[in-house]
Amino acid sequence: MERRELTASDMDSKTIPLSEIAHARSGDKGNHANIGVIAYTPTGYEYLLGALSAERVAEYFAGLRCSRVERFELPRLWALNFLLYDALAGGASRSLRIDTQGKLLSTAIADLPLPIPKNLSAMQRPQSSA
Amino acid sequence: MSVRIANGAGFLGDNLDAPRRLVESAAIDYLTLEYLAELTLSILARSREKNPSAGYAEDFLTVLDSLTPALAAQPALKIVTNAGGMNPLACAKAAAQILARAGLSGEPIGVVSGDDLLADLSRLQAAGCDFKNLDSGEPLASLAAPVVSANAYMGARPIAEALQSGARIVITGRVADASLTVGPAAHEFGWQWDDWRRLAGASVAGHLIECGAQATGGFYPHWREIDLAAVGYPVAELDADGDSVITKPAGSGGVVNRETVAEQLVYEIGDPAHYLTPDVDVDFTTVEIDECGPDRVSVRGAEGRPAPESYKVSLAYRDGYMATGQMLVYDRRPAEKARACAEIIFARLQAAGCEYTRWNVECLGAGEAVPGLHAAPQGLREVMLRISVHEPRREAVERFAKELAPLATSGPAGLAGYASGRPQVRPVFAYWPTLVPKALVSPRVQVQTAAEWSAAN
Repeated sequence: MERRELTASDMDSKTIPLSEIAHARSGDKGNHANIGVIAYTPTGYEYLLGALSAERVAEYFAGLRCSRVERFELPRLWALNFLLYDALAGGASRSLRIDTQGKLLSTAIADLPLPIPKNLSAMQRPQSSA
Repeated sequence: MSVRIANGAGFLGDNLDAPRRLVESAAIDYLTLEYLAELTLSILARSREKNPSAGYAEDFLTVLDSLTPALAAQPALKIVTNAGGMNPLACAKAAAQILARAGLSGEPIGVVSGDDLLADLSRLQAAGCDFKNLDSGEPLASLAAPVVSANAYMGARPIAEALQSGARIVITGRVADASLTVGPAAHEFGWQWDDWRRLAGASVAGHLIECGAQATGGFYPHWREIDLAAVGYPVAELDADGDSVITKPAGSGGVVNRETVAEQLVYEIGDPAHYLTPDVDVDFTTVEIDECGPDRVSVRGAEGRPAPESYKVSLAYRDGYMATGQMLVYDRRPAEKARACAEIIFARLQAAGCEYTRWNVECLGAGEAVPGLHAAPQGLREVMLRISVHEPRREAVERFAKELAPLATSGPAGLAGYASGRPQVRPVFAYWPTLVPKALVSPRVQVQTAAEWSAAN
């Protein structure tokens, strides 16, 4: 199996995990998976527009062997929706994986390393939430 | 004025007490109960094959029984559910008996059917509908395997018609999930069926509550901050323009905030500018959400375009058999030993003449649940070996199910967990996404009292 370990250079002091500035939810659409990534602030959304491309998400999830990844923008929600085509090795009824419906992907994408933005504090989760 | 629409079930198998807790703890006009995931109908179709009076979501009967005191005490409370599955008429009869036992036999039950196209497939194909697969482009005629179920996703209109005819409980077959909310809203506010903006707003509310507690703290990364044991299920307070406030019963667990609502808005969507339902083509990118009070989030601004000309059809066909077996492997190098176990099993199966079209070996705990992201951690001592096979021949899958336990005595040292029984062999229903022109489908609405349903043949 192809595997890619997060190396020291991925997680060194120059990166933050995506979860520092965004939260996510994932699920299935047939044999495709979707991951909605929502920035905590509009500033974080602007940053993600540049930093979290469809190509970056495809590279991160290379082990799923998707046929392609498409990105959609929801600026009013500060959200990006990623559609991972053919990500589920058969879909809900046929998948041979434990995660038949891509439910783990939102928790997995939380670790995606991003370069530290200059104005990080303007992107972090407001304390008032929840 | 607003209408309060709650959802107490997000899938077949959801918490059985949630609907009762909802109606006891919040003032609700409509309780929706959603039971049909993409492939639930193929499972219900198989139940109906075995027993002509089965094939619906039987959990609904348990839930309805728990709701009869509330139905008696709250005259305004109505229920809208797709529990009818493959057999909404049988579901209505069973529901009628529960109402009768509770002294509610005068209550009208509405049934929405007409979604089941299985018996009509040949006629519809002859009429020129080729049920082209939306992914592959191939016509249904090219499929050799037997079709198990074919159901059109119907819309809100027949639900509103049933309510208009006085139904207290509306039981449907396959309808779009959001339509369970749009139907009551359109009925209450008297919306026209081309009032795209309002239909879009109600569809967004329906989408937000259709998965139950996923709008109120379920599936939430900040779960540590909230009480999920007593999680409240969602309530949408819809206004006459289709805008809404998403909330939950006072005093319940969970949370409704910008984060939970935004997460549920993007849940299981494709192109957010075109969230297609039978009622309207919704643009999620115009939606604005704002916290407007404790556990209250306002949802505004959804734009709608004319509804699609076709209904989506969920069509399922037989696709062989699958089984999954697990075993705990303990070792200084547990993944290596787990893979060796899998090799032993497959070698024995091959010697017995069994090969598999598709198979997968996972060493859970060693970083394989999401393949390729993380290597096994240092010092790992145990993994769960999980083997799955898929094959047209049932015998080969049954043989696989018998080949795990022998490892207990004829495999390496350090194995456990095989005592929980043989893996279950299950038939696979594969999904054929397709469309049918709306003109070829006739939704039917029947409303009569529980007493009349009980007496009907």
